[in-house]
Amino acid sequence: MTSTAVTPRPHGVQHRRLTVLLVLLGAVVIGVVLSITIGAKSVPPADAWHALTAPTGTENDIVIRSLRVPRTVLGVLAGLALGVAGALMQGHTRNPLADPGLLGVTQGAAFAMVASIILLGASSLLAYIWFGLAGALIASVGVFALGMVGGRGGPTPVTLALAGTAVSAFLYALTSAIVLLDEQAMDVFRFWQAGSIAARGSEVVWQVLPFILAGLVLAMVNAPGLNALALGEDVARGLGQNIALTRTVGVAAVTLLTGASVAACGSLAFVGLIVPHLVRPLSGTDHRWLLPYSGLVGAALLLLADVIGRVVAPPGELEVGVVLALLGAPFFVVLVRRRKPVRL
Amino acid sequence: MTTIPLRVAGLSWRVRPRAVAVTLGGLALLGLLMALNMRIGDIPMSLSQVLGGTFDVNSADHFVIMELRLPRALTGALVGAALALSGAIIQSIARNPLASPEILGVTTGASVTVVAGVVASGSAYGGVSGLLSTLGIPLLALLGGLTGAVIVYALAWRRGLDGYRLVLVGIGVAAVFTNVKYWLLTVGDVNDTGRAMVWISGSLNGRGWEHVVPVALALAVLVPLTLLGTRSLDALRFGDDTVTALGLRMNPARALMILAAVLLAAVATASAGPIAFVALAAPQVALRLTRYGQPPLLSSAVVGAVLTAAADLIARTVFSPIELPVGVVTAVLGAPYLIHLIWKARK
Repeated sequence: MTSTAVTPRPHGVQHRRLTVLLVLLGAVVIGVVLSITIGAKSVPPADAWHALTAPTGTENDIVIRSLRVPRTVLGVLAGLALGVAGALMQGHTRNPLADPGLLGVTQGAAFAMVASIILLGASSLLAYIWFGLAGALIASVGVFALGMVGGRGGPTPVTLALAGTAVSAFLYALTSAIVLLDEQAMDVFRFWQAGSIAARGSEVVWQVLPFILAGLVLAMVNAPGLNALALGEDVARGLGQNIALTRTVGVAAVTLLTGASVAACGSLAFVGLIVPHLVRPLSGTDHRWLLPYSGLVGAALLLLADVIGRVVAPPGELEVGVVLALLGAPFFVVLVRRRKPVRL
Repeated sequence: MTTIPLRVAGLSWRVRPRAVAVTLGGLALLGLLMALNMRIGDIPMSLSQVLGGTFDVNSADHFVIMELRLPRALTGALVGAALALSGAIIQSIARNPLASPEILGVTTGASVTVVAGVVASGSAYGGVSGLLSTLGIPLLALLGGLTGAVIVYALAWRRGLDGYRLVLVGIGVAAVFTNVKYWLLTVGDVNDTGRAMVWISGSLNGRGWEHVVPVALALAVLVPLTLLGTRSLDALRFGDDTVTALGLRMNPARALMILAAVLLAAVATASAGPIAFVALAAPQVALRLTRYGQPPLLSSAVVGAVLTAAADLIARTVFSPIELPVGVVTAVLGAPYLIHLIWKARK
């Protein structure tokens, strides 16, 4: 485990890191352009520019402004959020199997939304994003509180991860029971489960935006503390870290980021599981770089997968989660095989 | 940890009284649950009726006991034991409490194959037809599970096997299988999705002797084999480098243990579906009850059997006549208990 939190680095390394950051940023921009122009109706870049800057109500303008832009923005937000949340989660639990939904966030959202369907009789999960968000927050806070009880200086990573898995399994069981007994809930749930950023509309974007922005800020604030924690709790304490505070901020960030993403886009949490492993060879284990890299790679991958999903199966679409898994996972496996994995 | 050495004719074992107590206590509880499973149902029976039904071929209860309740209860207990044992092995090898047969590609491979089968051949007639009825879901699950495991193993193998790389490759393959499964669930008719979901959750509904026998055989062969490998697993706890430096040949032992874990999980999943949470929770519960540093194999298997048997009893009685898949109840039952144990340990 190496950390660059304290040792000053020669300029070459810093330079290379900035270059990588710019390349990743460029990849996201390319993803955005593709996502806005490609789809069931292909829009030339000039028309897209026209729609964004001076819309006159042409068909292309409407497609771009009411469908493509919200979808693209949501893709960027969810990709950023899940990538960063995954890196944070794996850093805090020091477990390569930790996905950002580990603390019950994903299953909390799923349960709250499905429960609201059968109790309030909605026909769409998107009407219940607030419930999903609330469910995610409650589950995560519950797990964290459970880990805190009786502990000195906050919960240990292992108990946190196990308690989170147990609570997730519990909530998933309740969700399955509901959807197995209620066909209508099942029909809605199965599409949420597959994960998609299509047809969300701009109001969904505005709903999740504050949570994701707050989560991103907390995550970056958390990065130096997490670097210290990676040296072991005793060393971190010796360096003057407030461990309980660092953990709490980290969990808060993960919860906001993941909760908002899964409530809006379905169970895409595995993005956060895989992306940090892809990024670690580029960034090393310094979270100040790992977090932004993971966010950008997450956003670029999500957009790319979404664009591919739009064009591979006309006239229909393939859910972004499926494309992402089929695309990202084999790449990931090849990478794991070719290099010695960077351990947490 | 108290340990009593036991030496017989030049061989020696370490006997841990706490582990023995947990295992025996678990077996007693399992016996009680099996008896309750025999007695409770649409036709409640007294214990003497159960015994009469078991041994008297002409008794009216014979069919209910020997063809319906006993095979179902046995399938539950054996599948629970097999999944838990598989989970204990994998958690030891990966040195990770979050590992389960999922990362070996077994349960996810079986799930995606069965869902594909159900969606492809499930028809408007509401029944299972075509290829699926010829092959049968268990065979389909077995094939899918083993294929998944072969894929993970082949991809993770690179001049030997590294626990960490296995975990990472397992994550990648599981992501593909799981998301293809999610997608297949959205493609089919919602009734097919429901049927597939019941299987994915793990169900003991209508399980007969043909489901008992394969799991029983697998356990009979693999339990002794895995117990022989305990020593290797104990050594693995110290990490690959240390073990190699100590001069232990890890690869053959580890490969055999992984093979055993794969077979156990594959056969169990073929019989009852990937019953949720047992493989992950039972080893962790057993570990905390016995106060080992690593999931104890035999105690884990017993805990898994108890958990599944208890869950089945609840699944088929509490909401009667509606029957829940057993996998829904294992998590509802197992999760609070595991959390309780974690919580207790922190005090």
